[in-house]
Amino acid sequence: MTPAMGTMRNLRLRALLPVFSLVVILVPIFILQPATFSYFGLGLLLNLAVPIVFATLAQLAVITVNDLDLSIGSFVSLAACIGATLLVRAPWLGVAALIACVLLYAAIGALIEYRSIPSIVVTLGLSFVWTGLAVLLLPSPGGTSPEWLSGLMTFQTPLVAAPIVWSVVIALVGHVLLMRSSAGVRVRAAGGNPRAMSRFGWSMVKSRAILYGVAGVFGVLSGLSLLGLTTSADSNLALRYTLLSIAAVILGGGEFIGGRVSVWGAVLGSITLTVAASFLAFLNISPDWQVGMQGAILIAVLSLRVLLQRSGARK
Amino acid sequence: MNQPSPLRSAASPAAEPQVTLGGRLRNLRAPWAWSFVGAIGVGMVTASVFGLSIAGNVVLTALVFGVFMVLVGLGQMLVITSGPGNIDLSVPSVIALAGMIGVHVMAAAGIFAGFAAALAAGVAVGLANYLLIRVLRIPPIIATLSSSFIIQSVAITQSRGMNAPPAALEAFANGRLLGIPHLALIALVLSVAIAVLLHLTVFGRGLSAVGQNPRAAWLAGVRVEATRCKVYMLSGAIAALTGVLLAAVSGGATLDMGVEYMLISIAVVVIGGTQVTGGRATVIGVWGASMFLFLTNAVFNALGAGAGVRSIAYGLLIIFVVVAAGGRSAR
Repeated sequence: MTPAMGTMRNLRLRALLPVFSLVVILVPIFILQPATFSYFGLGLLLNLAVPIVFATLAQLAVITVNDLDLSIGSFVSLAACIGATLLVRAPWLGVAALIACVLLYAAIGALIEYRSIPSIVVTLGLSFVWTGLAVLLLPSPGGTSPEWLSGLMTFQTPLVAAPIVWSVVIALVGHVLLMRSSAGVRVRAAGGNPRAMSRFGWSMVKSRAILYGVAGVFGVLSGLSLLGLTTSADSNLALRYTLLSIAAVILGGGEFIGGRVSVWGAVLGSITLTVAASFLAFLNISPDWQVGMQGAILIAVLSLRVLLQRSGARK
Repeated sequence: MNQPSPLRSAASPAAEPQVTLGGRLRNLRAPWAWSFVGAIGVGMVTASVFGLSIAGNVVLTALVFGVFMVLVGLGQMLVITSGPGNIDLSVPSVIALAGMIGVHVMAAAGIFAGFAAALAAGVAVGLANYLLIRVLRIPPIIATLSSSFIIQSVAITQSRGMNAPPAALEAFANGRLLGIPHLALIALVLSVAIAVLLHLTVFGRGLSAVGQNPRAAWLAGVRVEATRCKVYMLSGAIAALTGVLLAAVSGGATLDMGVEYMLISIAVVVIGGTQVTGGRATVIGVWGASMFLFLTNAVFNALGAGAGVRSIAYGLLIIFVVVAAGGRSAR
């Protein structure tokens, strides 16, 4: 087999993996609870998918430049808190605050590149900042969702359940922007080969700032959609999204290094993880083991990669 | 056999000449110095604002509670040094589980059996983490996170009927020798041991080599996978020790006693000057960073700042230190 053929096979396997893991998790659910295979069943199962999909795409943007964002969970919580307080009381101020957050995100991206510092630590520090701001805004859980937001999130689409429609639309837009547009190719190059890129005269600072800004936009969307679903906010609302989003990107066939990511895969990965959480509700296991089962499912789903990928290759 | 000099020169390629303070510190090959600059700075602010006696008390408290940051930091440092992507997120859950197991076994079979059981649990978790990473090829950040979920569940099942730790252990954990808390001494001994392990043994030099370039290390005859495996087991063991000591100081193990240490363990390692991409560790930096973070927190507490303000200031400080210390030398 020639190397080129091997690469082709790898690419196809990479694309298949997220589909495969989603099927593996869906089939037992449909067998255990046939009622879930319906408009309302799927709607319930995927109820919380949209915010997780947004958060995953935010993480994906950052992973594209070989960074890792440990602050996305607290940022999503902050966005939800802004939505639940400022956006209701003084809409313009709320919008301005959200825009400021996105700009701050982009500035952090530029700073990381400019000083060439590790993203993990900067975003770690940033997570404290976001949480602190959220606590200042909303010291105790509460607030209300703007009516238009709840209306949008509970909107019933015809034929196919709303979360599925939303996810497909988001994936399509993300895919076109990152994979098909020339700007997308340029920012992906920042992860693939930064040195070649700066030799070519493209600004690494700009690419990183753009990708972090995109992450900020998706983070805001994630926070707002979560607020629309829960109708109240809390500074700890979405902390688990940080690691969930990383897991979803990896599950979707993304790699930490090399700008190798897949938007479709990441969206499927986050849906798989959402479904896995709902799956636990059907199994009737003791509350003690709920968390443990989440871990076990995560391991099981991720270990499917071994079956599909060439094993034993030394990095 | 064991020549540190070529490895060290490989770790820090000639930095571009700079006349700034940052450039000088980097040329000194002392990335840990930044954390001490920070710690001493905060200490001086404390002393000037509150007076020397209060500042002294704050430092003494730091030597008890900041020590836990040092301990978790040491384990995390070893893991991070073993190469890009390696990280141990199971630290908080191991702390909880080991605390539980330790206290239970101590009640039944004595203090030393309790320590042994807790450490064994930590090592077992470390081995499991390594196997997930190696056999199932799951990225470390996700593998250790998933395993931490499972450990959390096991800890929940162990949490029923939790007693206080033995009185003798509690007295020891809160005791002092020549004015220095026992816990600080334990951490000091462990730090020296790890520093020796890192810088003077074949294992330690191999670990640095693996962190810098696993392929080159493998070609040079370092047993890459065995080294990584040991590192995760060591990290588990250190987290377990932290768990038992934490349970001893706070009068019993609780499920969430380790939660805050997940992010902090990473923060102290990196602020301390250990290279995030692996291959270069500094034990003394972990101490500097722990003291820095703890003192900062103490100052904000003393000033009566709210949780929100404290968190923001904490985060900005972490970012500020990293920005000031500046870039990785190799990309």
